[in-house]
Amino acid sequence: MAAVAQAPQSLNFELPEDLKLLKSTIREFVEKELWPAAAQVEDSDEIPAAILDKMSEMGLFGLPFAEEYGGAGMGELGYCVALEELGRASAAFSNLLGAHCSIGAMALHLDGSKELKDRFMPQLCAGDKLACFALSEPNAGSDAANIQTAARRDGDLFVLNGVKHYITSGDIADFASVFAVTDRSLGARGGITAFWVDLNAPGITRGPNDKKMGLSGSHTCELIFQDAQVPADRVIGKIGAGFLTAMKTLDMGRLSLGAGCVGTSQLMLEKAIAHAKDRVQFGKPIARQQAVQFMLADMATEIYAARNMVYNGAWKADRAERFTIEAAMVKRYCSDMAIRVVDRALQIHGGMGFMKETGIERVYRDARILAIYEGTNEIQRMIIAEELLK
Amino acid sequence: MKIVVTVKQVPDTNAEKAFDPATKRLNRSAIENVLNPFDEYAIEEALRIKEAAGADSTVTILTMAPQKGVDIVRKALGMGADNAAMLSDEAIGGSDTMATAYLISQALKHIGFDLILTGTQSTDAINSIVPAAVAEHLGIPALTYAKKVTIADGRVEIQRETDAGYQRVSAPLPALISVTKSINEPRYPTLKGIMGAKKKEIKALSLADIGADAARFGDAGSKTWVESFTPVSARGKGTVIQAQDPVEGAKQILEFLIAKKVV
Ligand SMILES: Cc1cc2nc3c(=O)[nH]c(=O)nc-3n(C[C@H](O)[C@H](O)[C@H](O)COP(=O)(O)OP(=O)(O)OC[C@H]3O[C@@H](n4cnc5c(N)ncnc54)[C@H](O)[C@@H]3O)c2cc1C
Ligand SMILES: Cc1cc2nc3c(=O)[nH]c(=O)nc-3n(C[C@H](O)[C@H](O)[C@H](O)COP(=O)(O)OP(=O)(O)OC[C@H]3O[C@@H](n4cnc5c(N)ncnc54)[C@H](O)[C@@H]3O)c2cc1C
Repeated sequence: MAAVAQAPQSLNFELPEDLKLLKSTIREFVEKELWPAAAQVEDSDEIPAAILDKMSEMGLFGLPFAEEYGGAGMGELGYCVALEELGRASAAFSNLLGAHCSIGAMALHLDGSKELKDRFMPQLCAGDKLACFALSEPNAGSDAANIQTAARRDGDLFVLNGVKHYITSGDIADFASVFAVTDRSLGARGGITAFWVDLNAPGITRGPNDKKMGLSGSHTCELIFQDAQVPADRVIGKIGAGFLTAMKTLDMGRLSLGAGCVGTSQLMLEKAIAHAKDRVQFGKPIARQQAVQFMLADMATEIYAARNMVYNGAWKADRAERFTIEAAMVKRYCSDMAIRVVDRALQIHGGMGFMKETGIERVYRDARILAIYEGTNEIQRMIIAEELLK
Repeated sequence: MKIVVTVKQVPDTNAEKAFDPATKRLNRSAIENVLNPFDEYAIEEALRIKEAAGADSTVTILTMAPQKGVDIVRKALGMGADNAAMLSDEAIGGSDTMATAYLISQALKHIGFDLILTGTQSTDAINSIVPAAVAEHLGIPALTYAKKVTIADGRVEIQRETDAGYQRVSAPLPALISVTKSINEPRYPTLKGIMGAKKKEIKALSLADIGADAARFGDAGSKTWVESFTPVSARGKGTVIQAQDPVEGAKQILEFLIAKKVV
């Protein structure tokens, strides 16, 4: 279609060439390597080692990070493009990558000193070492400022005591960004510090893997700190500034989480369309029923809105603009959207959607967590309102 | 050693294809194009040869395609090729296989080479003619259907895949090798490769650059032409055998195959 008129200033929604190639590369990787492994991941509750190797070789573990630290330097937009495509694979893959890139190593990347980053980022980017993010505790979930894990200064060391729980990749990660109280009297502002912790050090125990509703192949567990010694030079950022680091990190994570929701939903829409055209009841394809058509129309519309939110948020992040409200909106909207879209896709598949073989019931179970982790959707609304009313 | 890999842009194998009734050509504008899957094996082999040969070896990608073909060139560069050359011109449209081979060989003469690697076939036209024809134009040996390549002392030796096994074929360099899908497992472009691709040179070649003789390409320069085309008739419904007992089912399938004289 011809343009209505020459636009005075062009707003360009086209991805740059390198990100287009990134998108097609990840799509090919998902179709050739990750889809065929979906049933295996689901049944064995593990990601095959050969796939992990390929992910490292491609450089996925360093995707958003700067080239000077061994990353690919693709920024938040590139990361979102990749996560959108990975959203089409088993959730285990995006959870593994998310815990590592979006939050675990991201905290170090955002606020770590040059020395710390020089030392640890290259091995993290290469996928030789895996990171996780340890903020939540049994008594501090939504109320993250209320964490109890304590870090006591002892000369050149900090001594950590406490329990973190539901930590994604806690069972296999080599390192964690750990948030602990250094001065209880100061509360969240000034009293919490972020640490870069070697999880194989003495004094740290990993609990058994939690039994979950979904996310086969991605594990959560407790991390238990009993007089665990962390060298003082492993503080991420400034002492007392850890809560800010946690919040900044989660802002980043929320955008890419939204991107994953878009990819998952797009796949569900495609499956729903194919099934609706194919399935004949009352003498014609169910796609000819307006009730089904309206479901498809709503799915597509919401995906369109969600995708544009994600890309706009990532664009802001890469321009180093403040994007806290956008990140919260993206996380809230995209996760609710994905849950609705999967639900409708399952409905359109009828009884077949409830059967294991179509794979939709797995996506349905895996989608539910999206409204809960990285800050529940209620907490996102609180963040949005706080930004609006301040 | 200067290794050149010739690669072709082809319609996505999964895409629905349509012919333009006026030109009797495949309507390429409407479909998603991809790097000819066979050519990925040639690129992978070239990269391995380069990695083994050491620092002063290079891998150059050569394609003849419309401007959009730059996407497949970027993919090849993302996999690790050093640079590329692209021959694009409206006047090339209508070139048949021999004309195509002529133009590619002219381009190869222009950019220079020690070793040429190609796929065995394209997934759209599937002629498997270009490699041998190019070698003939260049007056160099063609070693086709390679499932293994060894290079030593200025010679190349391949295992040439056949239905029965393989033949050992060797020749002095410069030479052209077409590789089969059993030769290797092509790598994915790495993320660093993708970021680096935009900094690599993609040289635009014109028909004048390569000294192409206007009588030897395009509609006019082609010795074959498309008389007419007919869509493949839709396949019938097929016979479905439903049996509760798998042994009984197998028996019925066997009877069916015997009746059809397949077994
Ligand atoms: C699979 C999985 C993986 C996880 N991975 C990680 C990880 O890698 N790292 C990590 O640190 N944590 C992780 N978590 C923890 C996750 O971030 C928390 O579960 C989440 O923040 C919610 O905390 P909670 O479970 O304590 O719920 P609660 O805080 O107890 O909330 C219960 C309900 O109350 C609502 N609620 C609470 N406060 C308010 C309020 N003020 N106003 C309105 N409603 C409110 C909540 O929205 C929710 O609906 C993970 C959790 C799961 C299940
Ligand atoms: C009568 C006729 C008219 C045609 N008209 C047109 C037309 O108008 N437009 C059009 O696009 N096609 C046209 N074609 C098709 C086109 O000529 C063929 O695709 C071309 O000859 C290559 O043959 P192939 O694809 O079978 O390659 P094969 O011989 O099967 O390819 C083997 C290898 O050769 C190399 N190779 C092949 N083609 C190229 C290339 N273009 N660049 C670099 N390397 C390559 C690759 O390494 C490939 O793996 C026409 C063909 C015929 C017979």
